[in-house]
Amino acid sequence: MANNREHRDLFPGALEVMILQSLRLKPMHGYALVKHIKQVSDDLLQVEEGSLYPALQRMLREGWLDAETGTSAKGRPTRIYRLTDAGIRHLETEVVSVEKMFAGIARVLAVAKI
Amino acid sequence: MQWFAQFFSRRRRYEDISISIHEHIEERTEELMADGISRKEAEQRARREFGNVTLIEERSGEVWQWPAFDSILADLKFAFRRLRKSPGFAATVLLTLAIGIGANTTVFSVVNGVLLKPLPYPDSEQLVSLWLNAPGAGGLANFSSGLQLSASMYYTFSEQNRTFQSMGIWTPSNASVTGVGEPEQVRTEMISDGVLETLDVPSAAGRWFAPADQDPHGGKTVMLSYGYWLRRFGGDRSVIGRVIQVDAQSREIVGVMPRGFRLVDRDFDLLVPLALDRANQKLAGFGYYGIARLKPGIGLAQGDADIARLIPVWMDSWSNGPGTNPHYYETWRITPGFRSLKQQVIGSIGGVLWVVMATVGLVMLIVCTNVANLLLVRAESRHQELSIRAALGASRMRIARELLIESVALGVSGGVIAVGVAVAGLRLLVAIGPADLPRLSEISLDARTLGFTLALSVLSGFFFGSISALRYAPAKASAILGGTTRTASAGRARQRSRNVLVIAQVSMALVLLVSALLMIRTFAALRNVEPGFADPQHLQTMHIWIPDLLISDPQMVTHVQNNIADKLAAIPGVTSVGFAGAVPMENNDPNWDEIRVEGKIYEGGEPPLRLFNFVSPAYFKAMGTRLVAGRDFTWSDIYDLRPRVIVSENFARESWGSASAAVGKRLRQFSNSPWQEVIGVVEDVRVHGVDEAAPAIVYWPAMLNDPYTPKPTIDAPRFVTFAIRSNRAGTESFLQQVQQAVWAVNASLPLASVNTMQEIYSQSLARTSFTLVMLATAGAMALALSLIGIYGVISYAVSQRTREIGIRLALGAQKGVLRWMFVRSALVLTGVGVVIGLGAAAALMRLMKTLLFGISPLDPLTFLAVPLILATAAALASYLPARRAAGIDPVEALRAE
Repeated sequence: MANNREHRDLFPGALEVMILQSLRLKPMHGYALVKHIKQVSDDLLQVEEGSLYPALQRMLREGWLDAETGTSAKGRPTRIYRLTDAGIRHLETEVVSVEKMFAGIARVLAVAKI
Repeated sequence: MQWFAQFFSRRRRYEDISISIHEHIEERTEELMADGISRKEAEQRARREFGNVTLIEERSGEVWQWPAFDSILADLKFAFRRLRKSPGFAATVLLTLAIGIGANTTVFSVVNGVLLKPLPYPDSEQLVSLWLNAPGAGGLANFSSGLQLSASMYYTFSEQNRTFQSMGIWTPSNASVTGVGEPEQVRTEMISDGVLETLDVPSAAGRWFAPADQDPHGGKTVMLSYGYWLRRFGGDRSVIGRVIQVDAQSREIVGVMPRGFRLVDRDFDLLVPLALDRANQKLAGFGYYGIARLKPGIGLAQGDADIARLIPVWMDSWSNGPGTNPHYYETWRITPGFRSLKQQVIGSIGGVLWVVMATVGLVMLIVCTNVANLLLVRAESRHQELSIRAALGASRMRIARELLIESVALGVSGGVIAVGVAVAGLRLLVAIGPADLPRLSEISLDARTLGFTLALSVLSGFFFGSISALRYAPAKASAILGGTTRTASAGRARQRSRNVLVIAQVSMALVLLVSALLMIRTFAALRNVEPGFADPQHLQTMHIWIPDLLISDPQMVTHVQNNIADKLAAIPGVTSVGFAGAVPMENNDPNWDEIRVEGKIYEGGEPPLRLFNFVSPAYFKAMGTRLVAGRDFTWSDIYDLRPRVIVSENFARESWGSASAAVGKRLRQFSNSPWQEVIGVVEDVRVHGVDEAAPAIVYWPAMLNDPYTPKPTIDAPRFVTFAIRSNRAGTESFLQQVQQAVWAVNASLPLASVNTMQEIYSQSLARTSFTLVMLATAGAMALALSLIGIYGVISYAVSQRTREIGIRLALGAQKGVLRWMFVRSALVLTGVGVVIGLGAAAALMRLMKTLLFGISPLDPLTFLAVPLILATAAALASYLPARRAAGIDPVEALRAE
């Protein structure tokens, strides 16, 4: 964890939103998720494995995700995570609140610049 | 239940996580290898980037855990591991608990089966037993706690009520069945229309009685009990329609009742239609049990009110014959006193059972305090460990929980063993229990009982665990650590909590011992009562019933009975033989009616009712009932129908002042009956049991003019009990000779209820002796447990104070003084316990008042003896460890640390 100081840790809830949003595109396994988020954010965001797997389990327990047996691109057995209807609903409310928060932060920062 | 499913799906979840992570690293490795790094290095880098695999796996897995449950499971494992390490402690505690919980489970299963479970009839809460209150009817209404119904009442009540669905009356009887093997006397119940409809239990085969079966001039029918059907007909279904001879009357079998069906509280062999002849009914004849089913939503009080309205209607609708006053019964002040059928079945046994339940409950409390004491000692030995853990940051809750988990685990394990104890206990209890214990067959270890056992195990675990948990959990780490340094005696506070437990034990033991001793004194008092007969062990009794259809002429009946008596008297070893309408303590009163003493004016114009019995010559001699004045009947008195009677001593005193004054005086039944001369006076007989006062009795000759018919008709009791005095009473060979003697007179006569008088007598004491055995057992257990408690506390105190004792001895303390110091501390605890216990006992024994006889609930002897016993026992229990203390070698003691 200390070896990734250049990548900011995400605030609580943000990781979940990101996972949900990624899985909304298509079901993925854990490693694919990490790579996907890294690529889409142009390497700005790096998901910590130490946070990812507990977060996935938490989301499974909440019923936002389903895990199914599948194979990776290399044909090895793994678990593919898929968004449930409850997950989609949760994502939608979360996205609204994240957007509001960003807007708020942006305004505060704008004032501070003057 | 969701966490439960989760608990079992967790294994799969863990596997999922592990597979996912494994693939993650694998994929990253391959990616790195694609960049041209060697496999080994790529793998290392992938792992380094990933972080601590195990930790991440654990973190992910934790999401699925129920943390409290998992750590409780761990504590539980730990508790069992520690128990295995001290098998002596574990065995003592488990055994004590198993006996305590087992005894409670046993008694609870009886309480549950007898008192709590509903009766085995559909919607049984709507069933009521029809009894009437009649304070003016004397003994007629008294002897079985109410007045029974007459047939005419049944007609009026069942036809004109507005609150009952159905109603019926019945009366128990005996009958001989012939034509199927040897003549056999069977228990029959004669039931009216409405009885089966009220109980509403369908027949197992065939049908119920129909109204046509109740026609006195119609076809004769009979129903069988399940037991009789199996015993006599092997459960053959084709038995329906067969004809058997019941009291020489051919009856067609129409149905069989199912297994376990009892008529209220009675087991029977045959059900026979009562077949009342409506045209012949009078007001009188109060000899029927009544049962009824209330309409839904109607309460007992409404039923009572409904019938109260019908009592005057009944008096207006029927009569006792020309010239009698139908409103005579107003002087009896008859009111309905209906009770639920359950209450009727349970009767007064409820009081006894609750007392026994309370007793074993108290024993359980003592068991708990004992176990709590042991746990305190055990926690003491762990307290260094506990304080270190507290110092390292274990919360109070955490430590308290661990102690509680250990004690609850002990409680539940004890409960499991207790179920075995209860199975054995139940067998024992049913064997020694009073034979009149109602619903005996319904007692079992059912779900409710096992639920009780579980609840009791867990609760007692919490109870005795919380004492040590409260003691040890809140202690500040520093205080505990300090407590075991070189100060002389460890923690006064901890010794104090053990002392409190011992005081509680002693006081509870005192209460139990007082109750046990009161029962012993009651039993002794009952045994000392003169019952009115002598040497019951050598007195054989048996019932013989001569049915109408076998011998119709009453004079012949008496001759046959006389012949039987003669034949019996000829058996070797028989000293005297007689017979009577009833022998004492069989709960069978031949009759109650008015008796007018010559020259006496009665208040309100009506004399009180007296108990009647009908006796043969030599009956009193056989029974060992002393003739106080005058003489016995002779056979010529009887055959010549001489108007003579014998009365009981209390009747003689009440009427004429003394027994001797009674001889030659006259009395009669009704104002138009002939006068009867008193020829003898016999001692009082406690016919309703030794704990009930002897009623005034008038003994009539075994053959007499029926007072209830308009013109003189000879009548003789057809159901009599023979009393045979012989040293061989009860032996097999004797009974065979008795049977041969009876059959030599008439081969169709079966014997029934063949018992020695001792058996009947013991039976009447059964309830008291049962209570006695239970309370004495509980008292003995309580005494033993509290002695163990005292011994444990004193010897622990000795072991804790070894250093102090060593110093005292080194400084020249006398051994005797040292011993006394410990014995004295035990006596102080006992003394405090006794004082508290005496107060509690004095308050509680009032509740037992109804079970006592001949002694006060505050019997001074008992209240003096029990504290003395306890004090002596406590002194002995503390002397052993005290002697050990005095025997300590000062050098050893000081070197010990």
